Amino acid sequence: MADPVVVFRDARLTIGGQRVVGPLRFAVERGETVILLGRSGSGKTTTLRLANALLLPSEGEVIVEGRATTAWDPVRLRRSAGYVIQEVGLLPHFTVANNVSLVPRLERWPAARRTARAAELLELVGLPPDPYASRYPHQLSGGQRQRVGLARALAADPPILLCDEPFGAVDPVTRRDLQQEFAALADRLGKTVLFVTHDVREALALGDRIALLDDGIVRFLGTPDGFSRSTDPAVQTFREGS
Amino acid sequence: MSFFRYMLEHRAEVWRLTFEHMGLVAASSTVAVAVGVPLGILITRQARLRGIVLGVTNIVQTIPSLALFGFLIPLPFIGGIGARTAIVALILYALLPIVRNTYAGISGVDRAVREAALGMGMTDRELLRLVELPLAAPVILAGVRVATVIGVGIATIAAAIGAGGLGVFIFSGVAMVNHVRILAGAVPAAALALLVDGALHLLERRLDWRRKSG
Repeated sequence: MADPVVVFRDARLTIGGQRVVGPLRFAVERGETVILLGRSGSGKTTTLRLANALLLPSEGEVIVEGRATTAWDPVRLRRSAGYVIQEVGLLPHFTVANNVSLVPRLERWPAARRTARAAELLELVGLPPDPYASRYPHQLSGGQRQRVGLARALAADPPILLCDEPFGAVDPVTRRDLQQEFAALADRLGKTVLFVTHDVREALALGDRIALLDDGIVRFLGTPDGFSRSTDPAVQTFREGS
Repeated sequence: MSFFRYMLEHRAEVWRLTFEHMGLVAASSTVAVAVGVPLGILITRQARLRGIVLGVTNIVQTIPSLALFGFLIPLPFIGGIGARTAIVALILYALLPIVRNTYAGISGVDRAVREAALGMGMTDRELLRLVELPLAAPVILAGVRVATVIGVGIATIAAAIGAGGLGVFIFSGVAMVNHVRILAGAVPAAALALLVDGALHLLERRLDWRRKSG
């Protein structure tokens, strides 16, 4: 039954002798969404970056699809894990369609297939290719840019999605819409998702499981239900604080 | 004798020296771009070389141009009297603006864009080719423009070491106390500088991604 896609095996990261995160010990099962919840500085983004080899553990291992991140070709690993970040990081000199089909382009798909894929994904995230495909990022609203960022992460159909506060920079109403659509999409596409947020409500809405991080360590790992009912002081403090 | 009559009477010589002048600047600027842009890219990757490269190009810039021409003459291979030495000096002067702007343009690329590009699985070459160079292009080109315009000016001094160009009029005009002859060198040189500036400015605007369907 258990089919872990991402496994943190006593992973620690130290920079200049200072512990940044770890030891981390948990696994993300295929098809589930695990939320990394915590305040700024709790190490949640660092943990996420350990999963696609933007950072490598100083001790222990991070295992993705059965192979340690240190053994992966980092480029291959990152192309099989879609990445969405808060600032979106769309290429400002590329059209929306070219942004979405970036990874297919790196993977040298033929142009016709790339165009078709970009159109398909734009439909999927609720941005009709006409008129959006030929627009530039600066012509879109914040919410639309986030949708493009999500479409881009999904373009090469990676089994894993890594999201770093992808809805952090949009207004609350748009955020709720995006959350609902995201949850439905991740579920339907069967993606394994590691999702960073500091927002408890977002965590409860999207997570199959929630990992509460504090000072670089997982203080709690369990279902949203368990999180709501937990009497663990760390969880209580966080729940009350937000 | 009026300036215009002088120009008309000496038009063959004016044209010849103008083309010579353009040749000096074109040759030196081409080499400076071919060396300077890769050097600028290199120091965005190799932090240890950054100080050395920027320091050396900076120091070269502070050497008075007449002195630099003089220093180069006794050197084997690159030295001697003539155009080759002048071109070497002009290359050295052109390097600083090109290297510095290449470095500044690439380092100025939005951190989130670079992070996302790496997270998407771009190799370093892809990052450079698809993201950093296109986004830095206007800044790099501004450096090339400054370098070339400065080159047009400094190339007038190349006549002092027998490299030809419009400086021939200026130096001989000074020697003969002939103001019109000085102007016959200075005015075309100034016009050339303005022309180069305008042309490269146009190119700079064309390459600017911010102008895409604004």
